[in-house]
Amino acid sequence: MSMPKSLPKSLLFTALLMAAQPALAQQPHFGVPASQADIDKSFWSIFPDGEFLPDGEGTADKGKELFEVNCNMCHNLPGEDDPTKNQIGKLFGIKDKSGKTNLQQTIGSYWPYPTTVFDYIRRAMPLVAPMSLSNSEYYSLTAYLLYENGVIDEDQVINKDTLPKVKMPNRDGFINAYPDIPEKYKTRFK
Amino acid sequence: MDKKGNSIIIDAADHVAKGGVLNRRLFLNSAIASTAALATARAAFAQEAVGEGQDDWTLIPGSSAELYGSRSRFEEERVKRRLTPMSDEFYNLRLTKYTARTPLDHMLGTITPNGLHFERTHQGIPDIDPDQHFLVIHGMVKNPLKFDINALENYPTVSKQFFLECSGNSGTLWSETPTNESLQAIHGLLSGAEWTGVLLSTLLDECGVSKDAKWIIAEGADNGMMTRSIPIDKALDDTMIAIRQNGERIRPSQGYPMRLFNPGFEGNTSVKWLRSLYVTDRPVMSIQETVKYTDMMPDNMSLQFTLEQDVKSIITKPSNAMSLKQKGLYEVTGLAWSGKGRISRVEVSADGGKTWGDAMLQDPILPKMLTRFRIPWQWYGGPAILQSRAYDEFGSIQPTRNQLIAARGRKPTYHFHAIQSWGVQSNGEIKNVYA
Repeated sequence: MSMPKSLPKSLLFTALLMAAQPALAQQPHFGVPASQADIDKSFWSIFPDGEFLPDGEGTADKGKELFEVNCNMCHNLPGEDDPTKNQIGKLFGIKDKSGKTNLQQTIGSYWPYPTTVFDYIRRAMPLVAPMSLSNSEYYSLTAYLLYENGVIDEDQVINKDTLPKVKMPNRDGFINAYPDIPEKYKTRFK
Repeated sequence: MDKKGNSIIIDAADHVAKGGVLNRRLFLNSAIASTAALATARAAFAQEAVGEGQDDWTLIPGSSAELYGSRSRFEEERVKRRLTPMSDEFYNLRLTKYTARTPLDHMLGTITPNGLHFERTHQGIPDIDPDQHFLVIHGMVKNPLKFDINALENYPTVSKQFFLECSGNSGTLWSETPTNESLQAIHGLLSGAEWTGVLLSTLLDECGVSKDAKWIIAEGADNGMMTRSIPIDKALDDTMIAIRQNGERIRPSQGYPMRLFNPGFEGNTSVKWLRSLYVTDRPVMSIQETVKYTDMMPDNMSLQFTLEQDVKSIITKPSNAMSLKQKGLYEVTGLAWSGKGRISRVEVSADGGKTWGDAMLQDPILPKMLTRFRIPWQWYGGPAILQSRAYDEFGSIQPTRNQLIAARGRKPTYHFHAIQSWGVQSNGEIKNVYA
């Protein structure tokens, strides 16, 4: 684009700015600032490195008591074998992850991260009343589930520092398939 | 002769594959003859006396205009089904209660009516007051912002048709022996709709998303707060915050008042009742992307984040929802789709995949949307095995079940996308078979 030589520099700048404007985002803005309270109400994720784990702590023995009251109506205790409860999957007692169905894939045999246990049971359990327990009670339930799956010792205290350090048996059993799955599992045939 | 008395003459040149698979243009050619016959019949009726022999609905004025339309009372049985196609081994109370499948045998086009769109929730459908609900975008952004439904309504929107498929759809076909379940039970976690919403990239731009962002963690406001990690490249591409489905506010079962919609991705990632988008540099490893929605391969390694739905097709008619009453001419029709883009070709076989004929693809052929295919088929009255095979514009080809199992084994429960076979028996009954 050629400009008349007589045009002052400031006008030239303005003209360039106007020409550039269509390339800039021209979206209206309707978002309003989110407060920390808005975020706290909406965001419950716990990351594998322990980020966002809350204060509090628990142990397996306290977890067993909580499990009997809050969880046992749907999930068998170790040694129990109620077939109705088995329909929603076993939580304990399976070491071999290669079991054919995902209902045989337990915390000890399949789950790659210990933080997922705390994250999930806090947001979703007990089924009839999620988020009804305290953070320490969820830590205790997490400790109990990890202990009964043979992942931690009975007296291990579980809190925001110890939980991310727990090494799960199947930690290295996953392959990221995004954006592309490994060649050997591909099913695109000529 | 067909029922209207039109002669359809099929000669050798019409056969494009063995087992009675015919040229896709056959019905188009014969339709010209039918139209002429119909015009003659109407002209003849106009000369008859009025009224006599008419039905009540013709003689009596109908009911008033409806404020919200409803179906014919004769259609009440055409509903979604809450059931599980899994064997007893898989039987799961929650899965049964919180899953309803689309009656694909009744679908002839590509759009699923809102009342029949499949639904899958993990802890039920929440009853959300839209005035109390907001979406917050936070994390690696300059300005954490929140948006309620009224704010979202003010943005420029996009409307596009997309399929939505649960990655557990057709999962029963991983099992060793073919299930006796219906088409609806096997494949009914699949629907197509027009989704309208605000592109997520628009809102991320307003928040000032960091260049180091790699993932976005989406959380719902439902009981159990569904959580999935979404790659940033998807979020900045075609992911939308959907607020309409087929022209009306999305329904409670689909995420009212707002849901994430990731076109072409496994259904679970399109988090309903969306409340939080946390922008970060890593996935959160929620239960739904580690323990669930992962597939164990033959070497006991599990594929994680298999997000894009593979190229796939199913025959919806004929299917085991019906039986063939007489030999003769039928239309084989079904649906094809790919999470990558457009369907480029669908072939149909009547002899279990030995020979194939090209089906006609019905316009419009849209990316990441169901495409309807059709092909005429002559049933000679003997056993036949009907199959369809889809291709997408990126060169992906739907594998046979044996090819899929050779690559991925039989341990997965999700992401079954291989060719499925309808076995037509000599008596006209149709069964799900492995071939």
